[in-house]
Amino acid sequence: MITPNMAASMLMRWRGSGWACLSVARRPFTSGPAPAGVSKLQSTFLLYLCQRFHDVEQLVAWSSRLRSWVVRRKNRYYGYTQRQYGENVATAFYILSMRGAFRFAEQSEWFRPDSRGKFSWDFVNFPDVRLEEVDMSRTLMNYTGLDNLVCQRGLRILSLQGCPEVDDWFLSRLHVFKDSLEELDLSHCPHVTVGGLAALHHLRRLRRLDLSFLPRVQNPGMVRILLEEVLPHCHITGVETGLMYITYWPESIGQSHSVTLE
Amino acid sequence: MNTWRVLAGAASVVYTGINSSSRSIVQHAYRCSSGFRSFSTGKALHTDFYKDLEAQFKAFREKAAAAMPSSDWNPVELTPGLPPERTDVLIVGGGVLGWSIAYWLKKKERMRNGIRVVVVEKDTTYSQASTVLSAGGIRQQFSLPENIYLSMESADFMRNINEHLSVLNDDPVDLQFNHSGYLFLASENGAAIMEENYSTQRHAGAKVTLLSPTQLKEKFPWINTDGVALASYGLENEGWFDPWTLLNAFRRKAMSMGVYQCNGEVTGFRYSTYPVTTDGDSMDVKRIKYVNVRMPNSIEYQPVECAIVVNAAGANSGKVAEMAGIGFGPKDTMAGIPVPVEPRKRYIYVLHCPDGPGLDTPFLIDYSGVYLRREGLGGNYIAGMSPEQEDEPDTGDLEVDHEFFKEKIWPLLAHRAPAFESLKLIHKSPRVRKQATACRARWWIQPS
Repeated sequence: MITPNMAASMLMRWRGSGWACLSVARRPFTSGPAPAGVSKLQSTFLLYLCQRFHDVEQLVAWSSRLRSWVVRRKNRYYGYTQRQYGENVATAFYILSMRGAFRFAEQSEWFRPDSRGKFSWDFVNFPDVRLEEVDMSRTLMNYTGLDNLVCQRGLRILSLQGCPEVDDWFLSRLHVFKDSLEELDLSHCPHVTVGGLAALHHLRRLRRLDLSFLPRVQNPGMVRILLEEVLPHCHITGVETGLMYITYWPESIGQSHSVTLE
Repeated sequence: MNTWRVLAGAASVVYTGINSSSRSIVQHAYRCSSGFRSFSTGKALHTDFYKDLEAQFKAFREKAAAAMPSSDWNPVELTPGLPPERTDVLIVGGGVLGWSIAYWLKKKERMRNGIRVVVVEKDTTYSQASTVLSAGGIRQQFSLPENIYLSMESADFMRNINEHLSVLNDDPVDLQFNHSGYLFLASENGAAIMEENYSTQRHAGAKVTLLSPTQLKEKFPWINTDGVALASYGLENEGWFDPWTLLNAFRRKAMSMGVYQCNGEVTGFRYSTYPVTTDGDSMDVKRIKYVNVRMPNSIEYQPVECAIVVNAAGANSGKVAEMAGIGFGPKDTMAGIPVPVEPRKRYIYVLHCPDGPGLDTPFLIDYSGVYLRREGLGGNYIAGMSPEQEDEPDTGDLEVDHEFFKEKIWPLLAHRAPAFESLKLIHKSPRVRKQATACRARWWIQPS
């Protein structure tokens, strides 16, 4: 019932530093595996308390249930809005409530909530305009939240940078945008692995793909090569292939070795 | 010096009975007050005696509590690893199904330790279990709606596996799920059935798409589309995973919830018989009361008293049911119908083909019965095929038939995916043969 994540989030909440899961986005300069969230001492102490006191165990279980309930509630299907105002408004409302941002097709203006999560309701005036660009960076969007987005068949650019709930199942569902999606940003997603990246081969129109800082992908260079084979028109950024191309010119012995790192 | 020692010793005797912390203070005082080092390396004997006495009292109290009724304590020294003497539910077979049953039973219990569950597994290395020797695939492309719904529920469980099966302070479960989808190929004869199945699957909610040979060639250029009339490709919730991880996740979670694991083999059942009267007729009803669990590599066995026995023995379910007398009853009754499960043997071959298809390789199932999937990223593949009804292999052992691959699977595979022809040529060199012939056999549960 109780996971380290639950213990982690509970401890983080005690310390008042917000969502533990969002801490992944705050480590921009490391490429190593993501930390467990809390120090070993804290988790060991909490484990000790959990094993010793049933009420502590119950509290940790409740806090984890609360956390998953919050994620579920935020990602629920906006069916009522969709029936009342149409699917574009429902998607826009969902994105803004998740503190994401979007841009309508043929408009240059971005709709974005302010730092307190407040946003203007002007998007209700465009019920017939499709969304073209969506930025869900550092939100709690997950697999079920994608229900609100799948109706947007004209989506061209999607950014999922640092989303703690985006996993392989999420990526396997992106095939619904296979005729439109051109840019995808998956950097800093802590749960993305090779098994999910393999499902991106459906996105035939993809032009740019950002795969930087994926802690669960073990051979990023190799995955990049394999993905480039599958998506020949796609430019994959954020991954060093780790291969050295050594070219040798016999006529200029003095400067014979030119090492290119890519 | 002697006076001091006697006095301090007396003080320690006095305080020992109260608690241990005061004893340590006294010992400390004794060392300080004596003022010089003693030449003896051991401690004074009487201190040890009293310390032991307390420990013995503690052990006795524990033993007395354990010897209360309804506990498993036995005055006779027992072999370690014996199953508990009585349990509510005994599950025969510790494969993924057995542990899943154990987990859900514990999950449904209303109070802590409300139900006692024992899982009996005869081979904890799982060297011959069909769980870990399977290809580990999940698909929604079935013909019956029941199977499709079941599979979609399973996919839902796997998606939220960390909400179900994670344990505190332990790593989250990583199934290594590969979202690559199943690709079924149909010939002219099978195209109509495939279309019918496709409409059933779409109706049930599975995300499946049909591909014409042209579309197939465009999507997977490495497939030879000769003879293919139609293909159906799963888009979501399909792929393969590591069955060993799933088994261990179930086992770890169930054991953390209090399920007993026992390494032993069920060798027989003991019954209790009681008369039942219905409509004036009296008949004797037999009911399993004890299950004999034999320890591995010994003749010792433990009768386990239980209320419910669950037969989850996989390929050996038929044998276990026979042991319980199912199928030997009078004709036209429930007891007269044997459990229709018999072991079959299937071969899976691990191939190495550096020029094979890449990251988008689906779980390919040809209409000839050959199947192929990618294994890892290093150009390894898994292939297999079900043999014809008449040349069903002998199920006595799990020996692998290498000729079967050479004669049956390889030609069909090379025809369907010409990239594997090169493997055929390279195969003549002994180095690659070693890689190409790494294979395994597995049990297959086949309703007869």
